[in-house]
Amino acid sequence: MPEHPKRIGGLFPRNRDRHPPPFTPGYRSSVVRAPQFSLVSIGASLSELTGPVFGHDSIGTDDNDLTRNHAAKDGSPIGERMIVYGRIRDETGRGIPSTLVEIWQANAGGRYHHPGETYHAPLDPNFGGCGRTLTDDEGWYEFRTIKPGPYPWPNGVNDWRPAHIHFSLFGQSFAQRLITQMYFEGDPLIRHCPIVNTIADQATIDDLVARLDLRASLPMDLLAYRFDLTLRGRRQTYFENTR
Amino acid sequence: MTGHSSHIMETPSQTAGPYVQIGCTPSRVGLAGINPGKDLGASLVSRKTMGRRISITGQIFDGTGKAVRDGLVEIWQADHNGLFNTPLETRGKPDPHFTGWGRQGTDLKTGLYRFETIVPGRVSWHDGRMQAPHVTFWIAGRGINLGLCTRMYFPDHQEDNAADPVLTGLEHPTRIPTLIAAPDGDDAYRFDIVLRGRNETVFFEH
Ligand SMILES: [Fe+2]
Repeated sequence: MPEHPKRIGGLFPRNRDRHPPPFTPGYRSSVVRAPQFSLVSIGASLSELTGPVFGHDSIGTDDNDLTRNHAAKDGSPIGERMIVYGRIRDETGRGIPSTLVEIWQANAGGRYHHPGETYHAPLDPNFGGCGRTLTDDEGWYEFRTIKPGPYPWPNGVNDWRPAHIHFSLFGQSFAQRLITQMYFEGDPLIRHCPIVNTIADQATIDDLVARLDLRASLPMDLLAYRFDLTLRGRRQTYFENTR
Repeated sequence: MTGHSSHIMETPSQTAGPYVQIGCTPSRVGLAGINPGKDLGASLVSRKTMGRRISITGQIFDGTGKAVRDGLVEIWQADHNGLFNTPLETRGKPDPHFTGWGRQGTDLKTGLYRFETIVPGRVSWHDGRMQAPHVTFWIAGRGINLGLCTRMYFPDHQEDNAADPVLTGLEHPTRIPTLIAAPDGDDAYRFDIVLRGRNETVFFEH
């Protein structure tokens, strides 16, 4: 039987005040899907301190370019062309290398490419709205895409989502797994959004807002937005030596 | 600044929403052309994988008893020998033909998910005690504000389960059955997850 290794450090406890609570009646879908019991706290065992690893062979060359990965040969999606880039790090500030970043979003009209979508804005034949990439050695990632449109959704009588991109992140431990959403600096719909407002604190909400970054833009081609993300940190250990 | 106040803090979660399958299982929603090949996590095993081959199927139910049809289910587990397929594994060489990680959307019509995998080996707990064989589950979707983590144990490992540090440590032992799969035919298990209400599944934080 393998022995328990001493080398993998534990994770910092999750600061639950920064996350939305499960039951948020302003966001109606949570009412029947929020557990009533408290989470049961168990220290992370190897089952949660480890997690899947992804190789470059699992990612295609155009996977991080949403302006091309669903477009016809001479086609291109409608919308404001942009770069979304940033760094994935942990709570100690260390970049997380080779970790999988996946995004999905609506098209420029606010319509998703999904069989369950009911909004009557048109589909864009050149836009699928799905991308993925691995971070580089220092934790940086980059996507090319178009700016998603806001869209109405069945919640309150007149609720609209601000423009947003969904992000899915892994890190190195399964207990670091996180899905969240990125918003755009200056969008007036952010403060009206019931999903944004599942987070209690304004400064915490600001961590989900990407900033326009003119210096990273490509003149006459793409505007850039920067969005950094932070996953749970690990206590210092021999971890580096094990790689 | 000292201590916690100087840390960068974890990015807050937001719900994965109703369209999580676009990003995570694109071929399930008609986007097979993107990310050529199979969806990541579509299969855990190959013909060479060691261990007893099984399937796990189930549904996720909301507080009204309705199956969640727009959700995401991921599993992570040890191989046949209790080793994880990651460079962090220092106890031995994991089975290179077993990824340990699977991901499926719940079916858009039925809400069913299904994994083909193997029975994991036993893995030690912090204090060296052995855990019973288990599969870690993580689920996300519309109405779930922060991804939920639970575990599936095996009904045919009663002795191991009776000594498992997580199961025996539960404050409410009457909730243990929510963590144990049901036999569902030869080498098949059924594991339903209840998000809210009667027989609500135990969810963990680590
Ligand atoms: Fe969305």
